[in-house]
This record gives sequence, C-alpha cells and structure tokens, in this order.
Amino acid sequence: MQTQVDNQTQTETKRVFKLDNVNVYYGPHLALRDVNMDIMEHEVTSFIGPSGCGKSTLLRCFNRLNDLITGARVEGNVTYHGANLYGEKVDPVVVRRKIGMVFQKPNPFPKSIYENIAFGVRVNGMKVNMDEVVEQSLRGAALWDEVKDKLKDSGLSLSGGQQQRLCIARAIAVQPEVILMDEPCSALDPISTLRIEELIKELKQKYTIVIVTHNMQQASRVADVTAFFNAEAVEKGRRVGYLVEYGPTEMIFNTPREQYTLDYVSGRFG
Amino acid sequence: MTSIQDQAGATTPSGMPDLTSSSVSGNRNRVGTILTIVSGVFVAFIIIPLLLVLWDVGGRGLPLLFNTDLYTELPPPPGLEDGGFGHAIIGSLMTLGIAAAISFPVGVLAAVYLAEFGRGTRIAYLVKFSANVLTGVPAILIGLFAYTIVVRPLGSFSAFSGGVALGVLMLPIVIRSTEEALLLVPNEMRQAATGIGATRFQTITRIIIPAAMSAIVTGLILSLARAAGEAAPLLFTAFNNSFWNTDPMRPIATLPVLIYFFSIIPYKPQQDLAWAAAVVLLIIVLTASLLARFFSRAKKF
Ligand SMILES: Nc1ncnc2c1ncn2[C@@H]1O[C@H](COP(=O)(O)OP(=O)(O)OP(=O)(O)O)[C@@H](O)[C@H]1O
Ligand SMILES: [Mg+2]
Repeated sequence: MQTQVDNQTQTETKRVFKLDNVNVYYGPHLALRDVNMDIMEHEVTSFIGPSGCGKSTLLRCFNRLNDLITGARVEGNVTYHGANLYGEKVDPVVVRRKIGMVFQKPNPFPKSIYENIAFGVRVNGMKVNMDEVVEQSLRGAALWDEVKDKLKDSGLSLSGGQQQRLCIARAIAVQPEVILMDEPCSALDPISTLRIEELIKELKQKYTIVIVTHNMQQASRVADVTAFFNAEAVEKGRRVGYLVEYGPTEMIFNTPREQYTLDYVSGRFG
Repeated sequence: MTSIQDQAGATTPSGMPDLTSSSVSGNRNRVGTILTIVSGVFVAFIIIPLLLVLWDVGGRGLPLLFNTDLYTELPPPPGLEDGGFGHAIIGSLMTLGIAAAISFPVGVLAAVYLAEFGRGTRIAYLVKFSANVLTGVPAILIGLFAYTIVVRPLGSFSAFSGGVALGVLMLPIVIRSTEEALLLVPNEMRQAATGIGATRFQTITRIIIPAAMSAIVTGLILSLARAAGEAAPLLFTAFNNSFWNTDPMRPIATLPVLIYFFSIIPYKPQQDLAWAAAVVLLIIVLTASLLARFFSRAKKF
C-alpha cells in the first residue's frame, strides 16, 4: 500500500484520508463521481472549483455529515488512517469528534462564549479543566484578547469575523485531528479573512486542514495542496462534479496538467 | 385636479422638487384616503368588541374584586348575600394543572418527533393531520369524549376527567406551537452540534430545545390561556361543586362553569359573583398573553 516512503528523512508525512472511486448521490442523482485522492497529515489541502461541482459534498464525506442529509449516499472507499470510515461498526459520532468542521456561515450556539466552547468538551466527555480549555482554544483561534472580559456574553453578540473564530475555537477545543472548513471566510471582511488565514497557517502545525474556498488568492496563500473540481453536464441539464486534478498548490497555479485548470485559477474562461 | 404638470413631477417655485403628497395626482390621494378609512373601520370592528367586553365585564366586576372574601369563601346559599368563589379558583388551577401535566409532555415530545425525527415521514403527516382535525373539534365534543373514556369507567365526575378534557383541547395547540418553535431553529445549529461530535439526543436536548425554549414557553402559556376560559369541556367532566374540594377524583367547581351556572340563576349575589369571576378569568388570560409576549420577546437568533 505505502508508496515509496522516504526512509532517509524523518519528516515523512502520513496519509490521513484516502479516497478510492468515491461517488456521492443525492437521492437517485449522482452529484460527484469517481474521486481518488489522498489527504496528508499537517498539510492544508484546498478544494477549488465552480459552484455546484461538489466541493462541500466531498468535504462532508470526511466527517460523515452527509448522514444528516436524507437521501445522500456515499459509494466507494473513504479510509481514515487505513480504517474504512463507512464501515459497519463505525460510529459517526466518534468520527466527528476526531474530525471537526467549520461552516461557511458562522454558526455559534445561542449560548455564552464560554458555553459555546464548553459544550463540545462536555459532550465528548473529556475530563479537563474547563477554564483552561476555553482559554487555550480561544487563544488558538486568536480570539482570546478580544473576548476574555466577556466570556459570559452570548456568542451571537460578536461580529461575524469573531463568530467565525469562535467556531474555530469550538472546533479545536475537542482536540480533533482534522479540521474541515467550508468557505470559512466567505462572510468576512478582508481583515478578518487575513486573520483567519494566518490562523490556518498556525493550525496546520497541529492539525490537518481541508478548506473549501472560492478565493484563488486564499488558496495560493494558505494551501500546500490544491484540488481543482469541475462539473460536467449530463442528461436533462443535471451536472455531475468530478476532480480534475490535484497537486502541490504551486503546480496547480502555475503548471497544471489541464489547460482548463490554468484558465480557471487565473480567471480566464473561454 | 390632475394637470400634466402634476404627473411629470412638479417643482416648487424655488426650483426644488416638490416631494409633498399634494404633488401626487389627486385620484391616487383620494383612493389612498378611502382605503385608509375602510381599513380603519375594520380595525374598529375588531377592537370595539374587545373594548366593550372589557368595559362591560370590568365595569360590573372590577368594583367587586376588592372584597377579599371573593377568593377565600364559598358562594352563599340562594337568597343570602356575600361569599366568594375560592373553591372555583382552586378547581381551575387543579384542572389546568392536570391538563398541563398531560398535554405538555405529550405535546412537546410529539413536536420533537415531528420536527427532529419524522420530517417528511408518513407517521409525521398522520400526526399533523390528526392535530389539525383535533383543533377543529368543538370543545363540547371533547368534553363528551372525556366523559366516555374517563367519567363513565370511573363512575363519577372528577377534576381529573376535567383535566383530561382540557388536556386534549390543549394538545394540538401545544404540538403545533412547539413544532414551529423547533423548526425556527436554523439547521446550522444542528450541523454545528453534530459536527463537534454531539449525538442526536445531545443536540436536541442541549442545543435545539434551549434555543427554542422561549418560543416553546410562549406556546404553552397560550394553550393554557385558551383552556382556562373553556366551560364546555368541563360540563360533563369536572362538572361543578358547591363546596371545597381538592380530591382529583371528585367533582370540582371551576371559574368558567361557575360563571355559566351563576349567570343563569335569578339571584343578584350569584350574578355578581359571576361578573367578578369573569373579570378574574379575563385578568388571568390577559396576564398570560402578556407573559407570552414577554417570553417571545427574548429572541435567540
Ligand atoms: N442537500 C442536498 N440535497 C440534494 N442535492 C444537493 C444537496 N446538497 C448539494 N446538492 C447538489 O449537489 C451538487 C454539489 O453541491 P455542493 O454544495 O457540494 O457544491 P459546491 O461545490 O460546494 O458549490 P458552492 O461552491 O456553491 O458551495 C449540486 O448540484 C447540488 O445541487
Ligand atoms: Mg459549497
């Protein structure tokens, strides 16, 4: 299985996810076809591509969030450190505790800032010093200084950018291994966006990150690996998404294999 | 009238655009005025009856309310004066308490099922359909229903059977208002909780229900207010009692039934008690509505 592991260096990166011929259906309709790719540890992998090509759909496969959508079905093989994520004995709740998620729209719970973070820690049954975890998580999400005096305030009283960082803090509080982010900056101003990008670069020391983004600069700034998706029309105007190619971000942005990828990342269409 | 100048956007002598309403064509103005008057009349149709009820009931009942005997005494025997309806206040509280104990848990759990588990399933459709039908069933029939399934088997009118009747009356209101409250909680909350490893049960009990709590409480209060004023379902169930009673298995007096009986007998002291009881009921219902408003004010998202 393992391909050409470089035994000389100790900075061998491990494979976290491996996707084999993954198809995703919504009801009878195929939405995403035949995805094969690997996600590596401590790397930021970005998903780019036109709207509707299945980036969010694929992201939700990694933490089995598609289970919440009635009619959604995942075919093929998704392994997490070699274990089949969709195996019969796998408890999706346990999966989601290891693989956290930050959503496109900031969605703090209608609870205090403190409770927003404590909730995940409690449901995970972690025996920890809660005050410490809250502080560390907020520091980790670069939010501590702004909220340390108002931990009792509602999470909803924060600005959009602060809310999104609260959601990141909430995700890292349960000490996941992977953080999935679906367009985490799409509702934010450029300054908040930059802060979150810096945060992502810091977070990758400890976590493996997969991020969906429509912002090419963002992908080129934060991602080590970039995957480009596209959608093709099938019968009756339905479109099916597929992975065009993926590789080091630099390669995807400068010398991709497909001309179409280059057109897309440089904003030329025709 | 409508000159061409008017139509083309008049200007004032100073050359600035005329933005006052007189610059709009006279016709439009007049239609607007008529519509305003018409809607005002309809508003009056709604408000005047309410004011008349308050005026009439309040005018006759309010002066009596300051007599504290009202709340602590039994009604006088026919022909005598004074007394009160303390027993009916206790009876109303008891029947409503029993009704709440039945309809709140059942209704809220049914609504949780409808909103969180059963979306789009056949059972959910059936439950919703039944709740809608139940809303339309006349209160007196609900009383007859409770008579058949509780009073007959137990062999006597009782506070408990009255509570069952009111509970059945409240059930569809509780189900529908709670379901709506839960559906108002954005789906992002469910995803967020699920996404950090909360089980479905934890998501519902610790995130969704707390987030919907103020709206749920509002619905519960309104269902109680609705049931508090009902006499019909109680006539065949709790019936009436001229004496103190706190035994749920025996007949009990309630405010609406007391009003009903005392307003049709030809004794002035009893009629006065009926008016006073009517005011007490009105105050209870209005307070409940205000409370409900207060709770629904606490917006969560
Ligand atoms: N819950 C759902 N039910 C049915 N179809 C869905 C659902 N979610 C997504 N789809 C379909 O799957 C396809 C891919 O959607 P997806 O949201 O993954 O795209 P995306 O690449 O994330 O787009 P965007 O960039 O706009 O977020 C679309 O055709 C969409 O209509
Ligand atoms: Mg998306």
